[in-house]
This record gives sequence, C-alpha cells and structure tokens, in this order.
Amino acid sequence: MHSDPAEVKKSVRSYMTVFGMLMVFTILTVAASKFHLAVPMAITVALVIAAMKGSMVAGVFMHLSHEKRAIYGALLLTLVFFIVLLFIPVLSMMDHIGTPK
Amino acid sequence: MNIPYTVEVRPDTGLHNGKLGIWLFLASEVMLFGALFSSYILLRVGAPEWPHGELSVKLGTINTIILISSSVTMVMAWASLKMNDFGKHRLYLLATFLLSAVFLVNKYFEYSEHLSKGEGPWHSTFFAIYFTMTGLHGLHILGGMIVMAYFLGPGAGMWKKNPEQFANRIEATGLYWHFVDLVWIFLFPVLYLL
Amino acid sequence: MDKAATIGAVPHSHAHDHAHDHEELGFWRKYVFSLDHKVIGIQYTVTGLLFLLFGFSLMMLMRFQLAYPMHPIPFIGSLFGAANAPGGVMLPEFYNQLGAMHGTIMVFLGVVPLAVGGFGNFVMPLQIGAPDMAFPKLNMMSYWVYFLGGVTMLVGFVMPGGAAQSGWTSYPPLSDIATTGQTVWLIGMVFLITSSLLGSINFIVTIIQLRAKGMSFMRLPFFVWAQFVTSFLLLLAFPPLEAAGVLQLMDRLAGTSFFLPSGLIISGRPLAVAGGGSPLLWQHLFWFLAHPEVYVLILPAMGIVAEVIANNTRKPLWGYRAMVYSVAFLGFMSFIVWAHHMFMTGMGTTMAAFFQTTTMIISIPSVVILTALLLSLWGASMRFTTPMLFALAFLPMFGIGGLTGLPLGLAPSDIHLHDTYYVIGHFHYVVAPGTIFALFAGVYYWFPKATGRKMNEVLGAIHFWGSFICINGVFMPMFIQGLGGMNRRMYDGGAQYAHNASLLHWNVAIGWAAWGLGLCQIPFIINFFWSIKGGKKVGNNPWDATTLEWSAPSPPGHGNFLTEPIVYRGPYEYSVPGAAKDFTPQFEPEDAKK
Repeated sequence: MHSDPAEVKKSVRSYMTVFGMLMVFTILTVAASKFHLAVPMAITVALVIAAMKGSMVAGVFMHLSHEKRAIYGALLLTLVFFIVLLFIPVLSMMDHIGTPK
Repeated sequence: MNIPYTVEVRPDTGLHNGKLGIWLFLASEVMLFGALFSSYILLRVGAPEWPHGELSVKLGTINTIILISSSVTMVMAWASLKMNDFGKHRLYLLATFLLSAVFLVNKYFEYSEHLSKGEGPWHSTFFAIYFTMTGLHGLHILGGMIVMAYFLGPGAGMWKKNPEQFANRIEATGLYWHFVDLVWIFLFPVLYLL
Repeated sequence: MDKAATIGAVPHSHAHDHAHDHEELGFWRKYVFSLDHKVIGIQYTVTGLLFLLFGFSLMMLMRFQLAYPMHPIPFIGSLFGAANAPGGVMLPEFYNQLGAMHGTIMVFLGVVPLAVGGFGNFVMPLQIGAPDMAFPKLNMMSYWVYFLGGVTMLVGFVMPGGAAQSGWTSYPPLSDIATTGQTVWLIGMVFLITSSLLGSINFIVTIIQLRAKGMSFMRLPFFVWAQFVTSFLLLLAFPPLEAAGVLQLMDRLAGTSFFLPSGLIISGRPLAVAGGGSPLLWQHLFWFLAHPEVYVLILPAMGIVAEVIANNTRKPLWGYRAMVYSVAFLGFMSFIVWAHHMFMTGMGTTMAAFFQTTTMIISIPSVVILTALLLSLWGASMRFTTPMLFALAFLPMFGIGGLTGLPLGLAPSDIHLHDTYYVIGHFHYVVAPGTIFALFAGVYYWFPKATGRKMNEVLGAIHFWGSFICINGVFMPMFIQGLGGMNRRMYDGGAQYAHNASLLHWNVAIGWAAWGLGLCQIPFIINFFWSIKGGKKVGNNPWDATTLEWSAPSPPGHGNFLTEPIVYRGPYEYSVPGAAKDFTPQFEPEDAKK
C-alpha cells in the first residue's frame, strides 16, 4: 500500500504527472471561457474540465483510487445527498402553482 | 488510555481511526460547500440578470495555479516522511504554508479592489455569494495554515516519538488540504468564468 | 459531581495492557475536562436534563398566557421586567421569544444532547466492547463546545430586544430584520452544529473501528445501530444549516440579501438592500437539516426502547434484521422528504408529488420498527419495571404521533392543517411522550450501570403514571384545536379569531395538564439525586441483561472492562431453549455451564 517507501517513490512520479495535467486543464478552462460560448455549453465545458481536475486531485493526491470500502461507502452516500441538495431546491422553485406548463 | 487502531490499521476495515475520521469530516465539508453551491444555483436561476466579467480572471488563474502547486508540495511533504526524509518534509510543508499565504495575500488585494469600488457583499447577490464562498474558503485556508504551522512548530516533536502516527497526521492534513484545493477547482470557474 | 466520583473508585484492572496513565488526575482533569466517555456522557446527560427542565419552564409560562390571556403571571410575573411583561402581563414579543427558545432549547440543547451526547457517549462504547471513544480529546471538546453554544443561546435573553423570536425555524425575512437576539441564536447554532459534527465523526469511527472481537455488525445491539445511523444524519444534514446560518448572519451583519427579495417594504418603507434574494432558500436549507433532525430525535429513542423491551420481556427482539434494514433505509429516506414542511410555499404539483411520495415511503420503515417492537411483546414474560413502563408507553404514543403525521405529509390535507395546533400535537406526541419517555426509560435502565445503584421503583411509578396522564392531557386536545383551524404561534391563544371561540376552553385544560406534568417531574428529580447515594446497591448485571455493558463493573472504571471483552453470540439471546438461565449474555463463553 502507500506506506511502503518504494511504492511511495513510484507515486511521486504520478504526482508530478498530475501536477502537469492540472496546469494544462487550468489553462484550457480559462481559454474556453474566452470563446464566449452559449451559457449551457459554457457551463458544461467548465464543469467537465473541473470534474476532471477534481478527479485527479481526489484519485491521485488523496489516494482515493486505492481507498477502502468504508471510505467509498461514506463518500457514495455523501455524493447522493450532495446531488439532491444541489438540484432539488432549484427544481422545486421552477415548478410553480398557477404557472402554465 | 491506549485506543486501538490509532496507528496500526484494523484488519477488517484496513483503516486507522484518523483516516476514517478525516474522510468523514471531508464528507461533511462536501455538504457545507454543497449548500453554498446550491444557494448559488438557486439565486442565479432566479435572477433576471447575472453579472459577467466583474472578477479578475488573471488573479483567479494565478491563485488557482498557486493552490494546485501547494497541493503538490503538500503531498510531497507526506511522501518525504514515508521515504524517511524529515528535512525534505519540512521544506515541502513550509512551501505549502508559504504558497497558502500568497494565495491569501492575493485574495486580500482582490477584496480591497472590489471594496474600494463599493462592491461589497451588500452590492448584489453575485457579490454576496462571491464574498461568502471565497471568504469561507479563505477561512479554511487559514485553518489549514494554522495546522501546518503547528506541525512545523511544536507538533514536529512527534516525529521522534512516534513517526508513524506523525506521518498519519500529516496525511490527514494533506487530505484536508487537497479538499480545500478541490473546492477551489470548482469555485474558480463557477465564480470567475461562468 | 458525586456520580463521577464513583467512576474513579474501581478495582485496579490488571488485565489491560496500558500501564501508563494510572497516575491520579486532578479535579479538573477528572471531572471537568475529562477524556473518559463515561464522564462526558454524564456531563451531557445532566446538562441536557437541565436544559430540558428550562425549556419546559418556558412552555409552562407560555401555557399560562394561552390559558388566561392578558392576565398577570402569578407569583413570578414581576421577575421578567417591564420589557417582557409589564405589570406581569406577557407582551407578544416575550411570548414569541419563549416560543422560539422553547423549541430551540428542547431540540438542540435538551433532547439531542441527552439522547446522543448522553446515552450515546455513555452506553455505546460499552455495548461494543471498546475502552473509550476513538477520539477522546475530540469528545471532550464536543461537550464543551455544546456547553458554550448553550450559554450563548441563553445570553440571547439579556440582549436588547430579547432573545430570538422568529420561531425555532427562524424564517426570513422576519429573522433577517429581527432584534440582536437572532444574531446570538445564529452564533449559538454555529457552536452547536460544530459540536454535533465532531461528535458524529467520533461515533461513526468508534462503531466501525473499535468493536470488540466477535462483535460483527449484525451482533450489535439495536441501540448501537440507531446511534450509527443517527450519526450519519448529523454528519451530512447539519452542514447545510451551518451554511444557511452563515448566510443569515451575512444578511444581518454584512447587508447582503441572500434571503431578502427585491421590493420588500417594512413598516411602509422599502428596505435599503440590493434584494434579489429568496426567503425560500432559507427554508430549503433549514428543512434539509431539520427533517433528518427529527429522525435524530427519534432513532436513539427507538434504540433505547428496543433494549428495554428485549430485557423486560425475556425474549429476543422480533425481527432484528428487519429493524436494522429499516433503520438504515429510514436514515437514507430522511434526506429526501424535507419539503413536506413547505407544501404551502407555492410549490408546483410535480415537486409536491415527489415529496408526498417519499414521505409516504418513509413511513414504511417506521411502521416496521414499531411493529417489530410490538410483536416483541407477544408471548413475553413481562417485567413491569420503571424503564419498561416508559418503554411500553412509547409504543402507542409514537403510534399516535406517527399516524397523525400522515395527513400532514399529504398536501391536500396539509392545506388545512399546516401551521395549526394539529402540527404541534403531532410532533409533540412523537418527541414528548415518544422520545422523552424513551429517554426516561434509558435513565432508569442505565442509572445502575453509571452509579452502581438502582433508582427507586415507587417514585418511578409515580413519575410514570403522573406524566403519562398529564402529557396526554396536554397534547390530545391540540388535535381538536388544529382540526378546528386554530393557528399556532398566537400569543393570545387564538382569541382574536372568531372561528376559534369554541376551542379556547381547551387552552385552560391544556394549561393545567402542563403544570401538572411539571409537578410530576418532581418525584423524578428527587429520585435521581437521592438514589446516587441512597439507592439499592447493585452488581454488574442487575437487570439480568445480555448486552456487553452489563459485563463491566457498575460503574465501569478506566478502560471499562476488567478482561478483554469477547462476543460469542447475538445481542438478545433471552430464553434460549435448553439453557439454564433465561438469558445468555453476549459475553458468556460457549461452554460455560451454569
């Protein structure tokens, strides 16, 4: 696992690789914003890039790609509720009594 | 009192207590920032118009690069301990601390600029959510810096007495720090670019 | 704290391998800033009970105003000052403070700290065979941050303009423009939420990591499962309220308009803010927590009732597995029902349908658990101890509370019942003769473990019967009032509305029942303190129970167990066919012949 010095040395290379990719994606996301895409497209592009950056930070820096079941379980539960929290309130505001469908 | 699995892992879960603890804490933080992102979505969808280009993309990008770099130095600070190089560990931890300080200084300049133009949190819902989210995020950076200062200072003594537990604590600090970086990775495009 | 003194006085354990810290701790480290989960549990229990009493007293004051509107409060009326009750007559603002603080104190300073901080802390590590919590220092901090939060909340009363007075729900825009006490409430909530979060992390890690050898998840007492699910609710549902609290603080202190809509006019003048905010945003964030919060209120109670029933029926619990799956499912569902508190906010039919559906679904696991507990009584060899009296009463009381929730969870009927006394009757049935009765059961049941002495059964019976009769007298009439259309939160008891005229007399009956209920707590208070020194002394297992805590001394010492606890079987092996005794404890080895 990651407690073994030899393993850790190999990980250092992946940390540097991820660092490089994060820089690239940062420049990409700023560049994409300069194109003034339509709002839905702009949001999609920005969030996809952010999600990719985030996955790398989580998977490699936070070692999440080799984590234990208990952690995955807790995080999966959190993800479900996170999505609920993010979308249900605004959905309920968009659906009004008296508003024609 | 010797609490089991503080340092060694429990066989059936493969975890030591602190690792599970910090991940649970991060889960709660996901919900905290999630609520703020949800508020952002709700307020923006409900707004007849939403400002664009109010924030300095340049400063935001610089800060993004700084924070990502600090994430790398943080993970290297832990990796150095695992490779038994305490000196390198301290250098990397100090680098992380200094990079965070630069981030906060940049934020200070950013805030001052807006405030001098009367663009405080009271100015509009956009600035309200901007200041609140980056402010709370900034407080988390400050919190992380305090923890790092502790491990650079009085806390470093544990390396001599219990190197494994010290490494675990640095790992936990690192997990927290990467999370702070993760939040910014989403905060930056949402507030600055969209 | 006398009770804690007995914790130190325990036979010196030779069997545990930690030889270091048996040096004598000073008074402050032993009783005040203790790292021992048992001391911390007792701290939570005593503080929680005191806050319950205080919150109850606020309600007794309110019921006087409702029973005899505009009359001077007898005896103590002059104590409240001219700002609150000139001439002893309660002002509407003071009534509102009492209302908001009664709810806040009972939920956040009373019930949860007692149910989770008190019982969870004291009992759970013992029941899983752990020497303490995973993070003892964090545990100690959790208590003191709770204490700080409690003090902060009380400080609200001395603020200019008084304490928070916008309901325990703090809805904006009213709460945004309310007096300083509301800011104090928000700060208090930040402390309390922090305490809860730290505590929930501790509970989850402890349950996952520190179970003794042989204690698999499906051998855990139901009480531990209940605390486990509860901790996840606290961990994931509280942060959005913390965020909301920050947003409201920003509105109040930094001039933001998170919850203030555009064009708001107050007292004829437009509010000088940017606007563009949404009062409903607060409601969503608040209820996202507050609905799981009500399951935080009930789950530990169900856990306690399960333990007491199994023990006093001398039978295994019926449907343990079903109960475990139900409680986990209940916890999950509790996150997706919250807007049934918001049916009247102009929500469209799609979302209303969604929330009605999830709300109906969530009643299923509740019913499964209640049914399992009821079926556990079938064929029982009943022992009517004081804990059992309270645990038995819990069942129909929770039944009434749960059933009366159904018309509230369906939007068409909710239209008539929302914000009426029907709602107050509903939720109080679940929390008061529901949860609080279960908590009393827990006190009587585990008091011997904590102190080495039993509480008095006669005083216990008086406490029970008096409380049971009075509490039904308080809350049953509220259904009648609510169905008649009487609104809640009215300081004159509804007298200003003609349609309430025939319902007003109930306020008098409810008032007297409430004061009677207060009197009926006196035997409990006397019993609690007297029994610490004067109760009948007991050994390890005075109730002949099967779960792990009863293998430790009463009270347990530092490290809890004299020998390493090992678990051989499930938690409710009562009346095993062929066994010599009517109970086979979890910790008894297989080949023990007794």
